[in-house]
Amino acid sequence: MTQLTADIRVDNPYSAGLLAKRTPWVILAGSVLVALVAFWLLSNAEGGGFNIVGALLVGALLYTVVIYVVSYLIEGSRKATDRLVTALVGGAFLLALLPLVSLVFTVVTNGSNRFDIEFFTHSMRNVVGAGGGAVHAIVGTVLMTLTAAVISVPIGLMTSIYLVEYGRGPLARAITFFVDVMTGIPSIVAGLFAYSVFAIFFGPGIKLGIAGAIALSVLMIPVVVRSSEDMLKLVPNELREAAYALGVPKWLTVVKVVLPTSIAGIMTGVMLAIARVIGETAPLLIAAGFTNNLNYNMVEGRMQSLPVMVYNQYVSQGTDPQAYLDRAWAGALTLILIVMVLNLAARIIAKVFAPKTGR
Amino acid sequence: MTSPATSARTPRTKQRLGDRIFSNSALTAGTLILAILAAVAGFLVLESVPALTTDPEEIDILNGQPFWSYVAPLVFGTLWASALALAMAIPVSIGIALFISHFAPRRIAQGLGYIVDLLAAVPSVVFGLWGGNVLAPAVQPLYTWLTQNLGWFPLFAPPASGTGRTILTAAIVLAVMVLPIITALSREVFLQTPVLHEEAALALGATRWEMIRTAVLPFARPGIISASMLGLGRALGETMAVAMVLSASGGITLAVLTPSNPGTIAANIALRFPEAFGLNTNLLIATGLILFAITLVVNMIARAIINRRKEFSGAN
Amino acid sequence: MNIKRFGSIAAIAVAGTIVLSSCAANEPAANTEGNESTLSGTLVGGGASSQGTAQEAWVAAFQTEHTGVTVEYDPTGSGTGRDNFIAGGNAFTGSDRAFKDEELAKDNFAGCVPGTPIVEIPAYISPIAVIFNLEGVDSLNLDAATIAGILKGDITNWNDEAIASQNKGVELPDLAITPVHRSDESGTTENLADYLSAAAPQVWDAEVSGDWPYEGGEAAQGTSGVVDAVKNGNGTFGYADASRAGDLGTVAVQVGTEYVEYSADAAAKIVDASPLVEGRDSVDLAIELDRTSEAAGVYPIVLISYLIACSEYEDAATGELVKAYFDYVISDEGQATAAKAAGIAPISADLYEKAKAAVDSIK
Repeated sequence: MTQLTADIRVDNPYSAGLLAKRTPWVILAGSVLVALVAFWLLSNAEGGGFNIVGALLVGALLYTVVIYVVSYLIEGSRKATDRLVTALVGGAFLLALLPLVSLVFTVVTNGSNRFDIEFFTHSMRNVVGAGGGAVHAIVGTVLMTLTAAVISVPIGLMTSIYLVEYGRGPLARAITFFVDVMTGIPSIVAGLFAYSVFAIFFGPGIKLGIAGAIALSVLMIPVVVRSSEDMLKLVPNELREAAYALGVPKWLTVVKVVLPTSIAGIMTGVMLAIARVIGETAPLLIAAGFTNNLNYNMVEGRMQSLPVMVYNQYVSQGTDPQAYLDRAWAGALTLILIVMVLNLAARIIAKVFAPKTGR
Repeated sequence: MTSPATSARTPRTKQRLGDRIFSNSALTAGTLILAILAAVAGFLVLESVPALTTDPEEIDILNGQPFWSYVAPLVFGTLWASALALAMAIPVSIGIALFISHFAPRRIAQGLGYIVDLLAAVPSVVFGLWGGNVLAPAVQPLYTWLTQNLGWFPLFAPPASGTGRTILTAAIVLAVMVLPIITALSREVFLQTPVLHEEAALALGATRWEMIRTAVLPFARPGIISASMLGLGRALGETMAVAMVLSASGGITLAVLTPSNPGTIAANIALRFPEAFGLNTNLLIATGLILFAITLVVNMIARAIINRRKEFSGAN
Repeated sequence: MNIKRFGSIAAIAVAGTIVLSSCAANEPAANTEGNESTLSGTLVGGGASSQGTAQEAWVAAFQTEHTGVTVEYDPTGSGTGRDNFIAGGNAFTGSDRAFKDEELAKDNFAGCVPGTPIVEIPAYISPIAVIFNLEGVDSLNLDAATIAGILKGDITNWNDEAIASQNKGVELPDLAITPVHRSDESGTTENLADYLSAAAPQVWDAEVSGDWPYEGGEAAQGTSGVVDAVKNGNGTFGYADASRAGDLGTVAVQVGTEYVEYSADAAAKIVDASPLVEGRDSVDLAIELDRTSEAAGVYPIVLISYLIACSEYEDAATGELVKAYFDYVISDEGQATAAKAAGIAPISADLYEKAKAAVDSIK
């Protein structure tokens, strides 16, 4: 859509009432420069540190104002508003990058200290002080999260299909009601619930990987239902009607038309749900317990998970706190990498099944 | 409306096996969810009853005060922190989503979306560590400056916190946490805007912003509200990050820069639960029930807003 | 299509499992040869998170000695730990306080033989350091009333007369004090409050509990949170387990006429100077700390965390494991291990004798 302005070739762009293509960039560079200089002078005058983030923020603000005024004078109010919004939208993006960059920087610099082979081959059994690794926690996190996903995604997706395609009446209303309420469940309560259910059947003190997975499912299901319901609703009715008109049965319409159309959005929702639960600490501590040993068995014995390990390493640091902190940050880095890989996989899956569209 | 309409108009269509299996499994899934969620809700109510019916004197945490005066600051803190977080996150999220869907060159838009999704990948414990040890010290000088120069404004009332771990910092952390949720879902919704609508607007001579205002935003409004509600759900229920960042040592106050802030329900549960025993546990679960009620009310309002604008939904 | 998709997810799961399926390099196969210990099985305990690091060290050493045994300790917190122990979920528990008389009177411990006493051993003794972050000052002398005043928010500036009069020659800046306390309920807070209300009752007028009683001040989660908040601020003042004080400034507390810096020895001394709680069974070593003791070299702000077990288990095998584990924990070697890893104050020979007798009674 950028070509709208760019394709108008006039010898003197100003005479056509349009800013030249490079003008906004010049203004941007100028504003940032002014802000940098101003902050540099200020920091020299007051003797404080040079605040580069502040300078960039002020520079962006300055650009927004200048571009609006310049555009208003030359191009008129409609174009000026357009440019203002463009600046604001771009600014919003840069603003979101700030914490992201800061976070990633913090996690990577702190996490790389212990991001070594020992970390991925050792558990914490019999480790005191430095050394040790997180195999047990990685295995636990991957197993419990995937089990939770295998439980909640089919159930959640089918429920949202029911709500959008079939459900009318009291049952649908009841489901919507409970799903809404459950989006705000404190995670620790989900853990308590899972623990209590298992304690009824297996006696008190039971801590299992599967209990942790169920606690996570309770947290995941509402997110999956809510997001996929929205995505299914967005599929135009024309598509469904076209399919029906061709004599396609309803279930095939849903599977072959509705789901592929909304697959990108559904996968995004699923990934958000996974990202939401994979970092949970409290429910897993209650339902799956705490252990320093490797365990592959979901239905026997406690299971460690990365967030619990990270939290515990932070909370109970021994006399050599750096060793504990290094492990905590390395664990956090690993956790982020796991989610990234899952995210990538989800996007590839979405891409394979999604219909080819204009975008 | 689709299903009854279709079947009513074609009475001779026989129920296909595939159809029956599919609709039944959808029904089963729905019923199952209802059962699970109802079980959780029932569990909560059941566990809360002892705390609500017992004499407050017998519950250590209450320290003799009635249940409601114990919960009131927590309810306020929960709503206040979430409201601040959403006030920051929603505009920025919509901006980012628009940037990715309509402004950024198509080739790099995917990559940008992935970058924002990265934020969703950060576990809350890490947000807690980052918020307490990186963000709070970084914003503390700003807080001091604000209380000194704009202290007359109720939000910025002094004294400034010495460590920066105030409710505003917690709200910023929450905003960063819900940002990817709202962004990701709004982005998908924006991308679903019928291209015909957009092109029609552009063909009428609309600038890009006018096209977005007239074609994209009205279409996406229910989606944005829904995404915001999911974000709000996360903000209301967030436990660990708030517990690690927020200095919860006071009652109800509007000032956002002081060291004495109201706590939030979820964080309070996390902070009190480890040492709780007997009835205290029931009391904490009862506060969780209050959070349920809050979420319910907020969601009902959102549903009402969305339903008013139903005409833009594709499946109506 | 659904099947395909879940197939893919399953494939990722399988791939992930294969990648991770190499066993942990430090974990031995089940039956290691040359194992002289006859003990085997899994012992599950849980409770106070304050003991977390010490338990880790004890468990590591114990498991190295008895390779067939796995000990699990959930650092979920004292309250949940005690509840779990009563319900029979934990074979033993770590708790920042002993059971109260009325709790013992109910005699409803599911894992124990009814009517038998509960074993309580003060195996984790750690000084609580009063810490601060003030440029150029490493140590301050303060009495209980001043500490209480600062934490309560009555004394708000570092150059306050109350601080200055006790620290002649220390240059105190004109800077606001930011007091930091625990936002979670904790044994550390309870023990500090217990000391302050005993030593400075006119200032500390609140009831002693694990919850911070006053409004105002900074609150931070856990020992790590308090330490980080104190470290990241300027002019901050707080309290934390002594092992975590690190480079921060620490307060020497007034006892009698002297000012005593925290140390493991000084902390162990107050435990010896204090009597046991009256009316308990001989295996129940609950201690009534004498916070106002003025004995020489005593550091009064101490956290005592108990190891709690049944004296007779319904399940004899569990009893055997608990006995062996506790026996190691109270031994010189066990206490030294935890002193190195977690900075605890080892129990005295006198207390060891009593503890040993209590442990020997477990069956």
